[in-house]
Amino acid sequence: MATIALTPRLATPRSRLPGRIVTYVGMTMLVVLFIFPFFWTAASSLKAASDVYIYPPIWIPGVLRWDNYPQVFQLVPYSTWFANSVIVVVLQTLGVVISASLVAYSFARFRYPGRELLFLITLGTMMLPAEVTLIPTYLLFKYLGWLNTLKPLWLPAWFGGGAFNIFLLRQFILSLPHELDEAAIVDGASYARILWSILLPLMKPALATVAVINFIYGWNDFLGPLVYLTSPENFTLAVGLRYFDVTPNQPGVPQLHLLMAAVVMGTVPIIALFFIAQRYFVEGVVLSGIKG
Amino acid sequence: MVQIVTRPGRDAPVPRPWVRRVGLGSPARVREAIWGYIFAIPWLVGLLVFIVGPILASLVLSLTKYDVITPPRFIGLTNYVTAFTGDDLFWGSLQRTFEYAVVVVPVGLSGALFLALLLNRGLAGTNLFRTLYFLPSLTPAVAAGILWQWLFDPSVGPINFLIGSLGLPKPGWLASPAWALPAVILISLWGIWGGNNMLIFLAGLQGVPKELHDAAAVDGAGHWSQFIHVTLPMISPTIFFNLVLGIIGALKIFSLAYVATQGGPAYATWFFALHIYRSAFGYFQMGYASALAWIFALILMIFTVIQVRLANRWVYYAGGNS
Repeated sequence: MATIALTPRLATPRSRLPGRIVTYVGMTMLVVLFIFPFFWTAASSLKAASDVYIYPPIWIPGVLRWDNYPQVFQLVPYSTWFANSVIVVVLQTLGVVISASLVAYSFARFRYPGRELLFLITLGTMMLPAEVTLIPTYLLFKYLGWLNTLKPLWLPAWFGGGAFNIFLLRQFILSLPHELDEAAIVDGASYARILWSILLPLMKPALATVAVINFIYGWNDFLGPLVYLTSPENFTLAVGLRYFDVTPNQPGVPQLHLLMAAVVMGTVPIIALFFIAQRYFVEGVVLSGIKG
Repeated sequence: MVQIVTRPGRDAPVPRPWVRRVGLGSPARVREAIWGYIFAIPWLVGLLVFIVGPILASLVLSLTKYDVITPPRFIGLTNYVTAFTGDDLFWGSLQRTFEYAVVVVPVGLSGALFLALLLNRGLAGTNLFRTLYFLPSLTPAVAAGILWQWLFDPSVGPINFLIGSLGLPKPGWLASPAWALPAVILISLWGIWGGNNMLIFLAGLQGVPKELHDAAAVDGAGHWSQFIHVTLPMISPTIFFNLVLGIIGALKIFSLAYVATQGGPAYATWFFALHIYRSAFGYFQMGYASALAWIFALILMIFTVIQVRLANRWVYYAGGNS
């Protein structure tokens, strides 16, 4: 898993100043286009209820109503949704990182009959649309009595963590010199010990990549919670926001500005995580494209 | 999608012929194999319980009528026949899904490539631009659906305000049967242009050796000519990868449409995945929905196979075709 330089090369002498200025202007205009929806949402979330439906629109509210934000928590069980999302995503990410490491280790370092076939099947599962397995899986969880609990959302992650994560970690282990393992075997180390003390410490960047990607996708997941969760107190943030969106206003109580505040609070954590762990996330995405 | 290493790179000691014939002859090899299976147990179980089992169950269910309450009843291929001949929304939802994909995939990918080319010029501050372009794709589909409902509000939304101030007629966007599909396409493009595709293109562009461009420039090739004859062929594996995943992703559109329009108005954004979802979890026609899911899976497979076949004609692997 070679490190990929994501910082572009330095400007070539060929790009002249006027050309560069044009590029900057174009790129900045694109930023405005991409960021405007965020700006509009944030601005709406700070408006007074009476200023929301005004035409022509108020771009920046005169008074910033920060107290819209605490009101969200009174109107809907927002802190419960948030906590549920955190529980699901943390348990899911832990499960993926732990179990995918074990399986990737098996694929990368052990020779056994059927390994190649198993690996090809694993890659094949990436092509399978989730729609095919969703209904029987739903019936299975229904049979187990786990509908309307968080278990169906995080428990499957503990069984291998999915083909993509296994594949990514396997490729990474293959890039580590096999002599490390062999030296440890000569010293009498068990396989579990080799994985724990030698490989896992070296795999930290790849594990971080897997963790960050799963965290972001888990936080944004909608279909899973939509299918499995039925009562509002069990919702994750994604289905909670949608529930808030389709709940009719109480007469005389406009809530669009509060809905926008809820959207901001649901999006900010994921953007913050991205800023902190950007390097790992970007590398994971890029590797999926280069090696996949 | 360069190449998949299916064999670990441990060609070190070539096994002597007699060892190879005996296979797992030595005790050490038996031990290794046993531990290999042990570490794979989580996935072996997961594969059986969450993938292979459900695949078989889904195949069987698709041949039954099952409403969750009464036991499933075997009805042969009736579900499939019904889908093709007796379901008013089947062909319509397929058509809408393809209309969506036909626009979103080419426009999305070329936009992503364009942004990647801009970012690859090596100007100062590129990392900041890259991050800002990427933010829309991080936005949860639900959040995107909700905030764009508000941006697209026909009477007081900012987009129609801008269109109105240019003196143009204001579309009804998500509330209008004619404009809902274009609106959903625009929302998707907002997330696709600066998203994963752009990052993958950027990495692909950075893998193009500078010497090739220099050589082409010496031969008198201009920027455009270099782009067509050097850049595009060199990044064709990246284009191929993005294309395969892009088509699959577009055909699977669900969450955004479910939140932004709920498939309406007048089924204008009733995509195939919504049709499956409602059959299963709205009407609890589990057998019929399973049949729809298999038809969907077959369509995705056919598209992928066609692309892999066609790839030989236009994808260039610098390291030799594998």
